[in-house]
Amino acid sequence: MNARTIAVWLSAAGLVMAVAGHASAHGLIGQRFFPATLAIDDPFVADELSLPTILHIRNRGSEDSPPTLQTDLSGEFSKRLSPDLGLSLGGTYTLLDPIPGKSVSGFDNMEVSLKYVFWKSAEHETLLSAGVSWDVGGTGSKKIGAESFDTVTPQLFFGKGLGDLPTAAEWLRPAALTGVVGLALPTRRFNQTLSLDDDGNVEITRELNAKTMQWGLSVQYNLQYLQSFVKDVGLPAPFNRMIPLVEFAMQTPIEGPHAGRTTGTINPGVIWFGRYCQLGIEAVIPANTMTGKNIGVLAQMHFYLDDIMPKIFTWTPFHGVLGPTQPQ
Amino acid sequence: MTRRALRVAVALVALVAPAWGHAFPDHSEPRVGHTLDAAPPAVRIWFDGAIEPVFSTLRVEDMDKRRMDRNDARVSPADSTLLEVSLPPLPAGRYQVFWSVVARDGHRTEGSFAFRVK
Repeated sequence: MNARTIAVWLSAAGLVMAVAGHASAHGLIGQRFFPATLAIDDPFVADELSLPTILHIRNRGSEDSPPTLQTDLSGEFSKRLSPDLGLSLGGTYTLLDPIPGKSVSGFDNMEVSLKYVFWKSAEHETLLSAGVSWDVGGTGSKKIGAESFDTVTPQLFFGKGLGDLPTAAEWLRPAALTGVVGLALPTRRFNQTLSLDDDGNVEITRELNAKTMQWGLSVQYNLQYLQSFVKDVGLPAPFNRMIPLVEFAMQTPIEGPHAGRTTGTINPGVIWFGRYCQLGIEAVIPANTMTGKNIGVLAQMHFYLDDIMPKIFTWTPFHGVLGPTQPQ
Repeated sequence: MTRRALRVAVALVALVAPAWGHAFPDHSEPRVGHTLDAAPPAVRIWFDGAIEPVFSTLRVEDMDKRRMDRNDARVSPADSTLLEVSLPPLPAGRYQVFWSVVARDGHRTEGSFAFRVK
């Protein structure tokens, strides 16, 4: 790829951003806009594309392995099958750069997920959904540690805007919470490793693939909500379309030698949302020493396909063209 | 490769340029959540996109939920992003503005905000 080609690509990206303009909606309930969060899945079903999501972090070493610079490039396409049912396909390309050592890279396992919104209240800016995520074993590269077995994760999601707080607490009305809790169920109980000891005897090592609770929370403060529905404090663009937030992405094994030991990250950051896309960036901070000690960065560009071309991207097999993501 | 990139660029821009979306408020008079020294003659809300006159509504209520506007809400003929309704002289108090608009592509958004008159 020559310099001219790169310039054209960058110009295209710039043009798309420029034309994208400013605010509209994705993940609307009542007068509340919820963005797509970066580290945890949001409770909405939508027609959307996350491309790319970039994670860069330095993982600490252990007795067996050196510290590693990890870069993940991910993409996810989501499509509504009905007003409340959505399907997602996601993939990640991982680059691992040991220090010292030879770099390896490859695709992680493909992920397929299904989500259904079963309750929503526009008045209270609230919705609940349930889903199941399927990490398809064997579709990724063993070089980067992709598992050869499937993992199925039933999940529950919620979203709650605080717009129904009383006037005395109106400065909290722009705030909102989203959350998810799931139980990751590996379809293979143990990984077995065969090795020879010094006497030539075969040793079998069995490593448990533990069932793990995966849980997360996002705390958001929507400045567009503040300006439009609580108090116009005179924020200029682009700040009037920003959502400062903190995401907590955690996991806790419920069995095995690490049962009850929670690891995860706390991700403070900001999302800017426009009419047809959003941009987000977060710091990735280990929640405890068991998780690590280095801070990484997570960034994402996210396209609202249902707002970009509703007639094409919101077509569904049984409900026709749905239009943008909005509660009925 | 360069020609391919150009084609993709044109396609992406074409994808985004004619796009549709919801209309969201950009700013208003009176400003959201503000207290005024004198009663305003009208409530005006500017949106970030053109809105449909037929399906767009705007009303003002007092704290007892009595309708206080002149029931003449309209999209300005001179500016398709402006929704306005006129007001009689309002006594001091807190008022709630309720709006509901439909963007040119048929997507509805709605919301409300308060202002006060001293």
